[in-house]
Amino acid sequence: MSDDKTDQNKAARPAEESNLEKAKQETGTGSGVAEPAPEQSPENVPAPTGEVRAVGVRHGMFGASGTGDTSGYGGLVSATVFPAPSQRPYGGWFDEVADALEARLSATDLTAAIESVVVHRGEITFHVRREDLPFVAQMLRDDEALRFEFCSGVSGVHYPEDTGRELHAVYHLTSMTHNRRIRVEVTAPDSDPHVPSLVSIYPTLDWHERETYDMFGLIFDGHPALTRVLMPDDWPGHPQRKDYPLGGIPVEYKGGSIPPPDQRRSYS
Amino acid sequence: MSTETSTANQQDLYAAPGETSQGRVFTVTGQDWDSITQSIGDAAEERVVVNMGPQHPSTHGVLRLILELEGETVTEARCGIGYLHTGIEKNMEYRSWVQGTTFCTRMDYLSPFYNEATYVLGVERLLDIEDDIPEKAQVMRVLLMELNRISSHLVAIATGGMEIGALTVMTIGFRERELVLDLFELITGLRMNHAFFRPGGVAQDLPPGALDEIRDFIALMKKRLPEYAALCNANPIFKGRLEGVGHLDLAGCMALGMTGPVLRSTGYAWDLRKTQPYSGYEDYDFEVQTWDTCDSYGRFRIRLNEMWESLKIVGQCADRLAGLEGAPVMVSDKKIAWPSQLAIGSDGMGNSLDHIRHIMGESMEALIHHFKLVTEGFRVPAGQAYVPIESPRGELGAHVVSDGGTRPFRAHFRDPSFTNLQATSVMSEGGMVADVIVAIASIDPVMGGVDR
Repeated sequence: MSDDKTDQNKAARPAEESNLEKAKQETGTGSGVAEPAPEQSPENVPAPTGEVRAVGVRHGMFGASGTGDTSGYGGLVSATVFPAPSQRPYGGWFDEVADALEARLSATDLTAAIESVVVHRGEITFHVRREDLPFVAQMLRDDEALRFEFCSGVSGVHYPEDTGRELHAVYHLTSMTHNRRIRVEVTAPDSDPHVPSLVSIYPTLDWHERETYDMFGLIFDGHPALTRVLMPDDWPGHPQRKDYPLGGIPVEYKGGSIPPPDQRRSYS
Repeated sequence: MSTETSTANQQDLYAAPGETSQGRVFTVTGQDWDSITQSIGDAAEERVVVNMGPQHPSTHGVLRLILELEGETVTEARCGIGYLHTGIEKNMEYRSWVQGTTFCTRMDYLSPFYNEATYVLGVERLLDIEDDIPEKAQVMRVLLMELNRISSHLVAIATGGMEIGALTVMTIGFRERELVLDLFELITGLRMNHAFFRPGGVAQDLPPGALDEIRDFIALMKKRLPEYAALCNANPIFKGRLEGVGHLDLAGCMALGMTGPVLRSTGYAWDLRKTQPYSGYEDYDFEVQTWDTCDSYGRFRIRLNEMWESLKIVGQCADRLAGLEGAPVMVSDKKIAWPSQLAIGSDGMGNSLDHIRHIMGESMEALIHHFKLVTEGFRVPAGQAYVPIESPRGELGAHVVSDGGTRPFRAHFRDPSFTNLQATSVMSEGGMVADVIVAIASIDPVMGGVDR
């Protein structure tokens, strides 16, 4: 497997480079401002325009807020950019899975079910349109060539600045038959936090979906009993959303007072 | 324990204000069973709902079971969890990447090294330094994880034995576990909650004499492990309690996402150490243990056999470590590696005096570097990673998300106890109430991991 992984990494590079070529073409034909980066490692290359998945903005050098920024970099603004969608070939067995998935989807009228595919650090992520999730999951589980029969669970992530797709539900699927792992990601806006439930396809998701509902307020439509699982039933709010404070009280010791962790100076 | 029957209303002393309490409520405090059976009277034939736990010694931690009984038969079993929820995942979002290990090590408190390992492997994948981890750090990780598997399985067997009344299994189980914890204390300084695995390697080198202690331990365990087999394997009472109890076949395991000994008790040799190796597991010689009875007895035998396999791996680690004296245990990238090392001083363990002298007296830049890395921490490129590992209970994985900052944007742990506990209903419904305890003990849930 580890050999496979390094192969994937190597194979994944061409995709990143083709991205880079595209980016250069797109920006290069314009004002001519874009210079080729001195060192063309992926981190130094600007993401292709139009496909950037920016989910936030960081101000200043250290992210300090509240106190004055004496570093001289207080005006610095940098976008938080997640890995951009990858282009073919994805490398290794990634293409086999993507081919099988596309072949099955093109047989139906759901060709747009896969919004994008991201290959990053040797892991492949399929971003799926939320209304098509149950169909795609059923296919991933049952199709001979895919056979992702094991679901590790769902993990919620809240990106408050990813407008219109603030809430993400991330599924990790394993094919024990083919010894492969993929990630499936769906999004829902804060204003309409609904995602179809997959409990009927992967019964193991019962408690996992309840936990994600509990922590993020994502409502899984079709879940047999979507109630809180970790927090008390009458708990207000959904604790792991980014707009929910960590809480805590200052700790006093020998006359000094240490603020709670979420109110301390932050460097993030 | 309180029992409920659906007859006339009676004031429930323990009901919260405004809480509806249907039927008659009895609070059992012990030695009062006669008075209860008398007062139930004609209602004795009706169904009884028993609330067991969360503070019941046989429920394996603060686990609450709601059992619907007809006589001695369980017709419905439900779990109530969340009593040990401590918000570790949320807290990790407010600390640096390195500090994250001090939090996640506390989740599944019987297998702390596994929590650290899956988190650290995820962070290393995001940092793209997976291939740069020094060999000695990898071997030390495997060594500690396998020792941890032994200590965790010992507790599983010990508490499982205690819950069915086999107290000798409990006492000898904890006796041997203490030996493992002594090794942990020698190597990491702590018996539990080590925070020893760090992104980039491990916190410290092996202390002098550790390899000798490990070899002594292996020799001792080879004498002691057969005791468990002698006490239990063919014991008719033990087999009578465990065989055929908590049955779950392969299809059930797949549907419910079961992994670890429960999955392997169906005869399917799925072990991430073999199927998707990490930390160099492909270099060790060991066998995946399976059993084909799908029951609690099979899971017990798998745990027993896995301890032997772990002992084999520990021995191979010790041999490899003997040839790695003085090798680095932390990645060479100074932008990630922890700047200082610990050393024994006249007043005990503390920051290495050489390092203090260097940053306080010799190099301003070293001081700035130390300060920046310790207070601010390193940045991790934006993205997400999931590196699952084979913990004693099954697939443990951390979904680590970074937004490019110095703190985890999100760290979610897929804990095998949480997932496997969902099987309580299918394993125990239709069986006897005493078998519920055995079925749950065979899952070996650790509530710290379930509730996080």
